[in-house]
Amino acid sequence: MANASVIQGNFIKMVSHKSGLSPTMVNSLRTGILSLIGILTFLLVWQSTANNIDTSLGQFPGPVQVYEQIGNLVSDYQREQEREAAFYERQEERNARRLAEDPDAEIRFREYTGQPTFPAQIITSLKTVAAGFLLATVIAIPLGIACGLSETLYSAINPVIQLFKPVSPLAWLPLVTMVVSAVYVSDDPMFAKSFLNSAFTVALCCLWPTVINTTVGVGSVNSDLINVSRVLQLPTLKHVQKIVIPSAIPFIFTGLRLSLATGWMVLIAAEMLAQNPGLGKFIWDEFQNGSSDSLGRIMVAVLTIGFIGFILDRLMLFAQHRVSWDKSSVLK
Amino acid sequence: MNRFLDISSVGIEFNTDSGTFRALDKVNLSIKQGEFVSLIGHSGCGKSTVLNIVAGLLEATEGGVILEGKEVNTPGPDRAVVFQNHALLPWMTVYQNVELAVKQVFKGQKSKSEIHDWIAHNLELVHMSHAIHKMPHEISGGMKQRVGIARCLAMQPKVLLMDEPFGALDALTRAHLQDSLMEIQNDLGNTVIMITHDVDEAVLLSDRIVMMTNGPAASIGEILDVDLPRPRDRLALSESPEFNQIRNRALRFLYEKQKFPGGGSRAKKPRLEAVDGASESKSASAAA
Repeated sequence: MANASVIQGNFIKMVSHKSGLSPTMVNSLRTGILSLIGILTFLLVWQSTANNIDTSLGQFPGPVQVYEQIGNLVSDYQREQEREAAFYERQEERNARRLAEDPDAEIRFREYTGQPTFPAQIITSLKTVAAGFLLATVIAIPLGIACGLSETLYSAINPVIQLFKPVSPLAWLPLVTMVVSAVYVSDDPMFAKSFLNSAFTVALCCLWPTVINTTVGVGSVNSDLINVSRVLQLPTLKHVQKIVIPSAIPFIFTGLRLSLATGWMVLIAAEMLAQNPGLGKFIWDEFQNGSSDSLGRIMVAVLTIGFIGFILDRLMLFAQHRVSWDKSSVLK
Repeated sequence: MNRFLDISSVGIEFNTDSGTFRALDKVNLSIKQGEFVSLIGHSGCGKSTVLNIVAGLLEATEGGVILEGKEVNTPGPDRAVVFQNHALLPWMTVYQNVELAVKQVFKGQKSKSEIHDWIAHNLELVHMSHAIHKMPHEISGGMKQRVGIARCLAMQPKVLLMDEPFGALDALTRAHLQDSLMEIQNDLGNTVIMITHDVDEAVLLSDRIVMMTNGPAASIGEILDVDLPRPRDRLALSESPEFNQIRNRALRFLYEKQKFPGGGSRAKKPRLEAVDGASESKSASAAA
């Protein structure tokens, strides 16, 4: 290992010397080239394997087919947008005509209800995961802080946490669905029931990593700092605000990142299982559709899910960097 | 005798896995106002435990601490503690660290500008005015400890408790801070209890040196009066026969009457002292 890194260091020095580029530039160039080689190899292996897999829905999609399907999905989206615009245009014309004939005429506005497009499904999924994640965070961080501060509370709550932590949130899904439809009765619902079902399911799995990591973080505050707080007789709220939370920030964010990652995974499964709108439903619909394009479209969804998961994690990392006091720490 | 602070037959027991462990037994000590007292003894003898009981961070099993006629058994800013590892909040600037203490202690008593002036004044006392907006990780270990001292002075404590305040510093920095501390104590007349494992430091700074016996059930072995005139100068003192006589008496106590116990009951120490104990044994072995 050590030997390899020496060789690598020498290589960078040599290239930097010959090309006149700074060592950091050479290093990032090197990383870039290696990533590119990795991706190209993956695409090559993918394409050659895909060519050899035949399913009842045709050949397994390779990169080329997936690229075609991306184009198709984009044009689907554009077509749907044109239709929507045309619908509203017709509606406006119709209403204007009626008003011209009879100024007192009752005019009606209808929402366009077309097939949800791929981008629309993405947005639905993102909104759902955000709602579930925020709900869980709002509960989990205060609960974790309380558990970390009070050994008594921790002992009381820990068995419950340990019991529910290993439960797949999908097991909750039927219960959540029934409870939501029984409790959330409204003539003019602000949220769709399917949205609430998915969001609560996501929240149920986002709770535990944040609660547990926050508890650990709060429990491991440096004892000298706690003694400073005791000598100063800081009130509990100030103690939490000035000493506990800044200390526990790295732990809290570890919990939040784990939560968001599992929440995103669970959401897709919940959408498939419950036929709630979102990327999961898109996949399921394509699967049921069973056209020769379906597998390619599913593959697009798979890559999209991965990419969004990656972006969400980067956003959390960025947020941690903004919030954390220790700007020198390396976040990975 | 003017009894300002009274440590009265204090004993403490800790519950461990292998039964109760008696760390201190019948510790009696009276301290006058404005007196500088050092506690010295081998590592693991319970010096920090005494200090933590006075601070209220630990509760004595028997006996108690009386400050100006009132028993104290909870922590409070009237007994400010300078911790060995400075214990500055790393997410706050030097100024904010002192401000947290000042705002808490003088809530409703000082106006905004008075608070500001008081913080600036105390940082001036420890010669840290040049770095008030620096973060703790941007300044050296000695500077951090200066800020730690400023934070305690700013609370205007009745007693200043120092738990090996210079133990983690190099010799030159330590000498610098000792001089600063003598200057400040000369000006303000604070009552100080300081824990140290450094005999020279104890003789240089103290009015009295309290030497502790080895644990378990540690107690006070001997008390040495240090009648050297103040202000004291470390160079002049190193050649003074009185200084060397006191120094030798302290050394004789530590290395003849109370030989280093060498580990033994260390594992039974409570969590409060874990950090302190580790560095204590390190510096003890470095001195040997």
